[in-house]
Amino acid sequence: MSTVNGRLPAAIVGEPEPRAPEALLRVRGLTKHFPVRGALGGRALVRAVDGLDFDVRPGETLGLVGESGCGKTTTGRMLVRLLDSTSGSIEFAGRDITHARRGELRPLRQDLQIIFQDPYASLNPRHTVGRIVAMPLQVNGINPPGGTKKRVQELLELVGLNPEHYNRYPHEFSGGQRQRIGIARALALRPKLIVADEPVSALDVSIQAQVINLLRDLQRDLDLAFVFIAHDLAVVRHFCHRVAVMYLGKIVEIGDRNDIYQHPQHPYTRALLSAIPDVTTLGPAGRIRLAGDVPTPLNPPSGCRFRTRCWKAQDHCATEEPALITRDGGTQLTACHYPERGALSETKAAAVG
Amino acid sequence: MVKLPASRSGEGPYLRVKDLRVRFDTEDGVVRAVDGVSFSVERGRTLGIVGESGSGKSVTSLAILGLHNAKRATISGEISVGGRQLVGLPEEEVRRLRGRDMAMIFQDPLSALHPYYTVGRQIAEAYRVHHPRAGRREARGRAVEMLGRVGIPQPGKRFDQYPHEFSGGMRQRAMIAMALVNDPDLLIADEPTTALDVTVQAQILDLLEDLQQEFQSAIILITHDLGVVSQVADDVLVMYGGRAVEHGSVEQVLRRPQHPYTWGLLSSVPSLHGDADADLVPIKGNPPSLINLPSGCAFHPRCRYADRNGDRSRTDVPELRQVVERGHLVACHLPEAARQRIYRDEIAQVGVAR
Repeated sequence: MSTVNGRLPAAIVGEPEPRAPEALLRVRGLTKHFPVRGALGGRALVRAVDGLDFDVRPGETLGLVGESGCGKTTTGRMLVRLLDSTSGSIEFAGRDITHARRGELRPLRQDLQIIFQDPYASLNPRHTVGRIVAMPLQVNGINPPGGTKKRVQELLELVGLNPEHYNRYPHEFSGGQRQRIGIARALALRPKLIVADEPVSALDVSIQAQVINLLRDLQRDLDLAFVFIAHDLAVVRHFCHRVAVMYLGKIVEIGDRNDIYQHPQHPYTRALLSAIPDVTTLGPAGRIRLAGDVPTPLNPPSGCRFRTRCWKAQDHCATEEPALITRDGGTQLTACHYPERGALSETKAAAVG
Repeated sequence: MVKLPASRSGEGPYLRVKDLRVRFDTEDGVVRAVDGVSFSVERGRTLGIVGESGSGKSVTSLAILGLHNAKRATISGEISVGGRQLVGLPEEEVRRLRGRDMAMIFQDPLSALHPYYTVGRQIAEAYRVHHPRAGRREARGRAVEMLGRVGIPQPGKRFDQYPHEFSGGMRQRAMIAMALVNDPDLLIADEPTTALDVTVQAQILDLLEDLQQEFQSAIILITHDLGVVSQVADDVLVMYGGRAVEHGSVEQVLRRPQHPYTWGLLSSVPSLHGDADADLVPIKGNPPSLINLPSGCAFHPRCRYADRNGDRSRTDVPELRQVVERGHLVACHLPEAARQRIYRDEIAQVGVAR
């Protein structure tokens, strides 16, 4: 698995090359249960996120993918402490931030930023762009050399906006430009890690490509680490070094991009990849058809949560929950008792009604 | 995968749209949402209409169904459905066709279904409107049958449930059941899977295909997702700024695209194949405002090749003309030879147009 053509340094491709061993972000047993009122007035728990373990190293991009309701957004919000976790721990740059209080969080947020999905809802319509981007600096009492205005204009230029537009309001910008403003705001404090929650899914195709390229350039130039939350696996493939696939609040497979996309082991990852309509293939190309919908997180299936839709499920899967470990000589971690082998194309023919 | 041309039953295409123009007069000026678009769809065939937001694809479909407010929209051109001319037809008569001969599947099933009535009642209503003599029991039977047909388990029980009790995919299936309850010959699906997850999207696309095989209906699929189009469409129409810029079979448009905008779209889509580290090649700039469309070719401010032929792209609106292959229409001023050369040298190797 050496770099083809020798074009790119391994750092960008994300080979498991020995880097600084300590992780920038270390998540262990992260759990979020939302209490809801049950059907008969009783209490119930939505197990939105149920025990996640993962690391993000400095300058690395981790993609968090899955279908709606799998808990990826909840995870992102917990990482930046917009939501408190039910249990588990989040360690950032060696510090446990799981229960950090407001005052402790403020300096932390300089290193840890978020970009939201909806470029329309995440910018205050009554503030000028200059004020929006300057806000993180003011809140943290930072006076950059040369003044706030100069720094803001640098940031606008960095994300490909005209610095002269400093005094304009969000409604004067298109969706793609607004997302750039959100990115400029996230970059204002020179963070080390950015959580990007579906940053391009609200954008048109041609604009989406512009923003993906911008994020890639920023990631390389500023050596940023990203947790990139998305449902679009093709977008994730273009942006992330590592990928974690989530299903019903759990990670079912996590590993380097090439392993996940070329030799996925978990049946769910395979189904997800085969369901994506790809422009490079014409006509219905052997999709793995998953029956039914994602079960409710109120009462997830016992054992392996994917077993109700899995074509390989055995009795064993209902009783014992598979651990997230390396299996069958794969390099990625997979939570499945009966992992698939071989390259992706080989199971394409397997159709399940 | 050889696709035979659809059986010609001697009656020509079921839907024929000719020089359709839709204008809205607004305070800010005239919005030319659709500006001279022509296409046709035969029974059993699927036409994919692709474009970014504001390209006029949804306005086109609403015009076919006669859903524009006559007070605000000015529609001209020809729309013929099964031989009947729709433009200028009184609302009463369009209403008789709508739902029976042509039906629509909307993008967001939650806002398209009424939250206050059971799903079954809404489907049965769509049936009874066009079958006034059908009794309540017959309509119910028909609705349950349709729910079963679109793959909803326990249709008899589901009939009496409300939309909020359905999952997203199930709601979209219920919408499809409602659209198909009167066996329409023309089905317009406006972004039918955009709100759905990929595994559910795959189910719905398969379902549409199965139903088309069964009913031989003509389908228009409106989407921004080129991947979806590549999977289900027979023909593709690419729209930009309210005009058609490229039209042809799915093979022609997605495999041998000839318009710079289509090239741009294809190279900006991230793919599951090819080099993941290569940068995407986006189209510079933003889609145009329909009030103030750029002169000449609407795409010229974003086109990399607009300077290749003097000022023509800026002054003349290019016509949709046949290039190279039969049935492959492109609206571009680039001379044939130049386009072939650019395609061969710059486009064919990069991105997805391999």
